[in-house]
Amino acid sequence: MIWLGIETSNSPLSIAIVKDGQVVEEIVQNENLTHSVTVMPKIEELFQKAKLKPVDIDAIAVSEGPGSYTGLRIGVTIAKTLAWTLKKPLVGVSSLQVLAANGQDFNGVICALFDARRQNVYTAVFHGTTIEPIIEDHHSSIEGLLEQLQELNMPVLFVGLDIDIFKEKIVAQLGDQASFAPSSLALPRGAHLIELAQKQPLPSVEAVNSFIPQYHRITEAEANWIKDQKKGQ
Amino acid sequence: MNDQYILAIETSCDETAAAIIRNGTEIVSNIVASQIDSQKRFGGVVPEVASRHHVEQITIVIEEALEKANMQPSDLTAVAVTEGPGLVGALLIGINAAKAFAFAHGLPLIPVHHIAGHIYANALVEPMEFPLLALVVSGGHTELVLMKEHGSFEVIGETRDDAAGEAYDKVARVLNMPYPGGPHIDRLAQEAKEGIDFPRAWLEENSYDFSFSGLKSAVINYKHNMDQRGEEIDPQKVAKGFQDSVVEVLTTKTLRAAREFNVKQVIAAGGVSANKGLRTSLEQVFEKEQIPFIVPPLKLCTDNAAMIGAAASYMYVAGVRGDLAMNGLPGKELKSWI
Repeated sequence: MIWLGIETSNSPLSIAIVKDGQVVEEIVQNENLTHSVTVMPKIEELFQKAKLKPVDIDAIAVSEGPGSYTGLRIGVTIAKTLAWTLKKPLVGVSSLQVLAANGQDFNGVICALFDARRQNVYTAVFHGTTIEPIIEDHHSSIEGLLEQLQELNMPVLFVGLDIDIFKEKIVAQLGDQASFAPSSLALPRGAHLIELAQKQPLPSVEAVNSFIPQYHRITEAEANWIKDQKKGQ
Repeated sequence: MNDQYILAIETSCDETAAAIIRNGTEIVSNIVASQIDSQKRFGGVVPEVASRHHVEQITIVIEEALEKANMQPSDLTAVAVTEGPGLVGALLIGINAAKAFAFAHGLPLIPVHHIAGHIYANALVEPMEFPLLALVVSGGHTELVLMKEHGSFEVIGETRDDAAGEAYDKVARVLNMPYPGGPHIDRLAQEAKEGIDFPRAWLEENSYDFSFSGLKSAVINYKHNMDQRGEEIDPQKVAKGFQDSVVEVLTTKTLRAAREFNVKQVIAAGGVSANKGLRTSLEQVFEKEQIPFIVPPLKLCTDNAAMIGAAASYMYVAGVRGDLAMNGLPGKELKSWI
């Protein structure tokens, strides 16, 4: 069974090919390049290195969000077009769960987060060894997240490129309860994405057409429109 | 010789579209998923909303194009996609889908300019004759393009501010019409007996450029003055006055350019070429001038992928190819490919 994994949920990029449970190829990079320019050439390069043709793939995994809207759409569009046209199943995995897998075997809980600007985050909290969600993916103020974590009253490992932005606040609120994954664990990995996807039941090939990113936020225009509708009532 | 079949994808604004074109002249299938029902509540196209809809629709639309054509990927010659101009987030969906599809099936990629597509919509109606003059009018463009042969484009005039379609949408808003306003203004103008006298922007004597912001302001000022006097405006009169100004300037400049460059054919392209007032005016003028005038049927005026496939067909023959590093070019200029 050959898997292709595509992770473009934020500025880092990771692509992996896993064959029968073994990582054959994986790239992880954080060059701040436009995913639109880099992803397809990298996929082609990995296929060539692995001496595989597109039709050899049996399933595709993609980080479905949350994250950068454009980043998510590029990864999902490529993953879904490949899956649809090659008639292979497509499995979506939370991009926060993929990141949390970097801290696996932590004795406590793992909090993955992405900066969502204006002191907000996309975040979720996972069990330190199983990487099962304890608090599901959501959009939250950093304060709200820290209160939730304080109530959990367990050691928390923070992972992600954006933890530095909130480090002061985290330490002020959680003190010794918080620890921080080193920068070597800050980039999401395609191999983890595939590992997590393999735990899910394989969806039908017909489900590919309706696959969409999980933004975890409606657009500003829609939010304003809903507000206006309510005012009008 | 084998038939050439091009799968074309277009997502530059708020239509998710895919088509299959045979030999550059025949539409085998042409699918357009419009977002208009979603976007009209915002009074215009919201880029983030557009991008989200494109991701939802993209594979469904391509699948439908292949199914309607009763074709497999292996029957295709190449994959074409709009590279720009347009909304960057929207362009990226079509481009990445096209790249993934081309990679999966080992097909060549062809990057197409959106305006070249609009012009080549006419190649699906009848053969293009050169030299040719194209008047491109849409929500984002107002250009006069001279073509001396296939793949050769010279922009001899363009708008210096608002595009004609943009002015239509803004004036429609003044008249409290729903988005998109063009068809409503066109209808009101047809019904009107007389119009308000609004200015015409001719610019310098020899210029083929356009300007519609002054006209737009004149309409807004007129409404404002009437409001202050407590008088109701007559939407029909305003619509006719506005449309008469736009149509007269577009027609006059197109005619002057057609004469100067001694063209064999004049074509209209872009969403605003669906406008009845403009079509009728151009038809009358060029019939009298005895220059063949062609305008595509309505469904090929608005954004679609068939036109992208038509342009790509000629580009394919000329050897133009894209690659997997292709990016969306929101401000892409119209350049010759020969």
